[in-house]
Amino acid sequence: MVLASIFQSGVSIEFYIVLATVLFCIGAIGVLIRRNAIILLMCIELMLNAVNLLLVAFSTFFGKEQADAQIFVFFIMVVAAAEATVGLSILVLAYRKLRTTDIGLFNNLKG
Amino acid sequence: MSLELIATILGGLTVGSALMVVLSKHPVRSVLYLVLTFFMISANYVMMNAQFLAIVNIIVYAGAIMVLFLFVLMLLNLSKENEPKTGLFAKLTAVIAGGLLFVVLIAVFKDGVTLAQAPGIDGNDQGLVQNLGKLLFEKYVVPFEISSVLFIASMVGAILLAKREKQTID
Amino acid sequence: MEIDNLIFLILVLPLLGALINGTIGKSLPKVVVGVIGTGVMFAAFLLALLVFNSNDEIHIIHLFDILSFNDLLIKASLQVDALSIWMLLIVTGVGSLIHLFSMGYMSHDKGYYKFFTYLNLFIFAMLILVLGSNYFMLFFGWEGVGICSYLLISFHYSDAEKGMLNGLAARKAFIMNRIGDLGLLVGLFLILMQFGTLEYNEIAYKVLMEGIEPTSAILFGITICLFIGATGKSAQIPLFTWLPDAMAGPTPVSALIHAATMVTAGIFLVVRSNFLFEMSPMTQDIMLYVGLATSLVAAFIALRQNDIKKVLAYSTVSQLGLLFVALGMGAYTAAMFHVTTHAFFKALLFLGSGSVIHAMSDEQDIRLMGGLKKYIPITHVTFLIGTLAIAGFPLLSGFYSKDEILAHAITHNPLIYVILMVSVALTAIYMFRLYFLVFHGDFRGDDHAKKHLHESPANMTLPLIILAILSVFGGILNLPGIVFEKGTHWLSHYLEHGTVGLNRIQIEHLENSKAMLLMGGAVALSLLILFVSFVIYVKRGTTAKTDNELNGWELASSKKLYVDELYQFLFVTPVSWLSNQLFRIVEIQILNKSISGFTTMIARSGDVVRKWQTGYVANYLLWMVLGIVGMIVYYLIKF
Repeated sequence: MVLASIFQSGVSIEFYIVLATVLFCIGAIGVLIRRNAIILLMCIELMLNAVNLLLVAFSTFFGKEQADAQIFVFFIMVVAAAEATVGLSILVLAYRKLRTTDIGLFNNLKG
Repeated sequence: MSLELIATILGGLTVGSALMVVLSKHPVRSVLYLVLTFFMISANYVMMNAQFLAIVNIIVYAGAIMVLFLFVLMLLNLSKENEPKTGLFAKLTAVIAGGLLFVVLIAVFKDGVTLAQAPGIDGNDQGLVQNLGKLLFEKYVVPFEISSVLFIASMVGAILLAKREKQTID
Repeated sequence: MEIDNLIFLILVLPLLGALINGTIGKSLPKVVVGVIGTGVMFAAFLLALLVFNSNDEIHIIHLFDILSFNDLLIKASLQVDALSIWMLLIVTGVGSLIHLFSMGYMSHDKGYYKFFTYLNLFIFAMLILVLGSNYFMLFFGWEGVGICSYLLISFHYSDAEKGMLNGLAARKAFIMNRIGDLGLLVGLFLILMQFGTLEYNEIAYKVLMEGIEPTSAILFGITICLFIGATGKSAQIPLFTWLPDAMAGPTPVSALIHAATMVTAGIFLVVRSNFLFEMSPMTQDIMLYVGLATSLVAAFIALRQNDIKKVLAYSTVSQLGLLFVALGMGAYTAAMFHVTTHAFFKALLFLGSGSVIHAMSDEQDIRLMGGLKKYIPITHVTFLIGTLAIAGFPLLSGFYSKDEILAHAITHNPLIYVILMVSVALTAIYMFRLYFLVFHGDFRGDDHAKKHLHESPANMTLPLIILAILSVFGGILNLPGIVFEKGTHWLSHYLEHGTVGLNRIQIEHLENSKAMLLMGGAVALSLLILFVSFVIYVKRGTTAKTDNELNGWELASSKKLYVDELYQFLFVTPVSWLSNQLFRIVEIQILNKSISGFTTMIARSGDVVRKWQTGYVANYLLWMVLGIVGMIVYYLIKF
């Protein structure tokens, strides 16, 4: 397809590497900054997606007939879905006990 | 319009919406910005001819997971005023840590990747549904089946965890 | 039976008695305990007689090796020769009589079985001391008798009024013995260094056959150290104050340990090492003068003591001083003869005093006694015989043994003879004083005690009678050659032929005329003192003065010449002060604080580390990110 000939353009792999890294670091900063537990989980999903982007870019630019990286991305999505489910149910349980989702107040393990 | 321009604009939009996810004070708006980010990433996938993944990304991520998040958010009835605030010192530390991470990761990739070789115009067919499907069901069928077990486990776990405890009457 | 088996049985029987009485004695009836304890002693004595009959050479029984290391070989082996057999006979013979006496004396005591256990254990240790063939066995027995002495002196440690004193007396005895033991141990080390072995026979061989210069410094060091050990055990100056205090123990203990056996261990040590001492005339002189001084000092103190047992204790110290004088002159067999007779009459005197105390319902002060000869006749007669023997009354055993020592003294140095005669005179004076004050005159105690005066039971009077007979006829063992021509000096010959080293010593014997003069002089002296004491105490009825009326030499004598106070001032108080200081400063301030400071430091550091666990998820996430950054940087740098 015409749209798919990104090779004949000047877009290089470095562009996508930088893009994925920026997204990953934005997700990391979001994890460290945000105190609402739900937003925290969402930033983790953002990080996962950044990794997916990188994997797909690599598979496009380097794997000629192999799409193993895209299969891997598929499974990452599977795991992310399962993890989001369980994570949110834990969060709901914690909200029931503590009446808040502020992770600054989840400090029962304080030594 | 050249492809580079589209790619650049797309990249910028992705980064911008990701930033808004992190910086937005209203939790629901954060969720919506994340949905937008997913759409942008799917657009990127389309540009790289990973058609199956683009559609799956939208269906699974933007469609299911984000709806779930929105669900929970509405359940907890959070609003802008209840949003907890982080101190300036914590924000500064987080940004510095994130910045460090970025620099280090770029440093890793700097010397390690050689230039891509153009495989030809028609060489990029791997992302098509039939190719991907063939690979999935031939080589990776076992992980595929196991992922169904994973789903059962997470479903059971989610139900058990979120169940209301029976109130025992003393 | 062979000698090996006999000796083994003799050693093992008291140990067995101690084990049986010690483990199940508490549940056995008192009669059985006493019979076991005394029975093993009599059996050992009979076996010792058998050994005495059948042995005529030096016989070594090797049991096992204790330490075998490069050139050093220390064996556990026993030596059977004339000297050890003779000591064996004394220990088991007199010991069994004392055991028999204890059956009656201690019959009211709750710790009856314990007493017999300790007594048998003591006999076992003493037998090892006597039968050993090397200095190691001697030292082992030496320490063993020290421990048993401690246990027996403090036997009534839980007594309501005197328990603490008993314990302190036992501690004093043990510590003073220990000081002597240090000397003995150093002596043993020196012997090992010089001769490479501890066996008596091997050392004698090296000294007598191969020859060592007589005045070498090491030999002097060895003999002085052995003598220091002997002063500790045999209560010479300066380590003699434990013996009077040790009278706090029950009377049979005083009789056995502090009259007949343990205190003679020092004498035994010197006689055993005669070949070493003969090579070192300087040590012999030191021994002589120390013994002389001890004899005089102790006799002086005994003049005004008012406790029966204390008089007898100081008398023992004085007699031991006399023995060391004899050893200092090289008269080893004369010393052994006097050891034998002393065992007889001193044990007799102590047991007699025990009988008196028993009759007086445990009263020991002679100022509260008097006129007891009507109430306790058997004790009276035997005590009289003992007193006459120790004072040197003619034809009794003590007369012969003392006379022999005096004869050696005249040939050695007439001045020594004069001083010894003074000591002998003092002995007679205080012994007669004791006898007259206790048994003659009017009864000075209260009526309650008078009602309870009674003669002791047969198991207490029988040993007294036997010992009295021995005290009378014991002189036969070593008669001087004046009266009879044949059969004289039997013990001297027996010991000389049977013991290493003794057969080489040449002792000059006095010619008969001089010896007769000597004997006459001694007889006259003792009869004179007897007459004078009789006049003073019986005719004039003088009794002991109360404490307030004493002055001058009498005060000094009754206050034991203030030796105890001197030692307290010189040694005990500074050491206690030092120990207190160390406790206060070093222990409490330094050690306690440093150790608790150490623990506080660890606890505080734990506190610091604990603060890392904040419980905040955000902190943990931050650390995770930083950790990942760190790892990547590490790998970047590495590759």
